[in-house]
Amino acid sequence: MVEATPTKRIAPAEGFRVANSVVSIETAKPASRISLRATSAGARSFEKSLNFALPRKPAETASAKGRHALWLGPDEWLLIDEANPDDSMVPRLPNKQFSAVDVSHRNMAFIVAGPGAAATLNAACPRNLSLAAFPVKTCSRTVLGKAEIVLYRTARDTFRVECWRSYAPYVRDLLAIASKDAHI
Amino acid sequence: MLLIHCPYCKDDRPELEFSNAGEAHIVRPTNMSDISDTEFEAMFFMRDNPKGIALERWRHAHGCGRFFNVARNTVSDKFLKVYKAGEPRPSDAEIEELLK
Ligand SMILES: [Zn+2]
Repeated sequence: MVEATPTKRIAPAEGFRVANSVVSIETAKPASRISLRATSAGARSFEKSLNFALPRKPAETASAKGRHALWLGPDEWLLIDEANPDDSMVPRLPNKQFSAVDVSHRNMAFIVAGPGAAATLNAACPRNLSLAAFPVKTCSRTVLGKAEIVLYRTARDTFRVECWRSYAPYVRDLLAIASKDAHI
Repeated sequence: MLLIHCPYCKDDRPELEFSNAGEAHIVRPTNMSDISDTEFEAMFFMRDNPKGIALERWRHAHGCGRFFNVARNTVSDKFLKVYKAGEPRPSDAEIEELLK
């Protein structure tokens, strides 16, 4: 008998971290993620397994116990679970009013933190990241250079940058270069 | 950078998040197999490309992902009006008013 040996999953940009006096950038811990598309009835149904309400207004987020729901569009949300393994948020009963797709391994994230975080991101992201225009607990799909990202401001000086894993080396290098110019 | 108002995000967003999707209010015929080649050509290929007010589809591609319509001045590049997909096209009188 040949014994099966489990292969170790290698995450993109695993263990990456750069920091200077104003900003630090590091790869976020592994998390499970759901791409949710839902009618309004489907969203109400999905909430029952989520145990908190999905945000209904543009750019809003909602969080509870390590789970985050990010409004991406009128019928689209990105759900991130930092505490539980893959597919923990997928409801066990079939439902034709929503589509919940596990995208845990499609995405990865960088945490950009510090007083120079907004300046670092603004090197390649055209959005106004002032606290008035992009307050704490808001999110948005947008661009960072040529890569599409989902930007989530988790605290005054902390952003979570979700990107597709194939973009990770590009986003990592772009943020690292931008951090050198982020003097405030 | 040009800022474009998305009627779904209800916010002004940088143009880099958007993509143009051609002329708006093109009606696809329901009897596609019955129409002549000339009629198909007119519907499928021929576009107005006006100097002045163009009614266009735009997509908030790197945002909410939604298609919507705009009235845009192709000379000044000014977005005069944005409206959700499915909403009626602005009347000529309304466009005249927007140009003032
Ligand atoms: Zn939008």
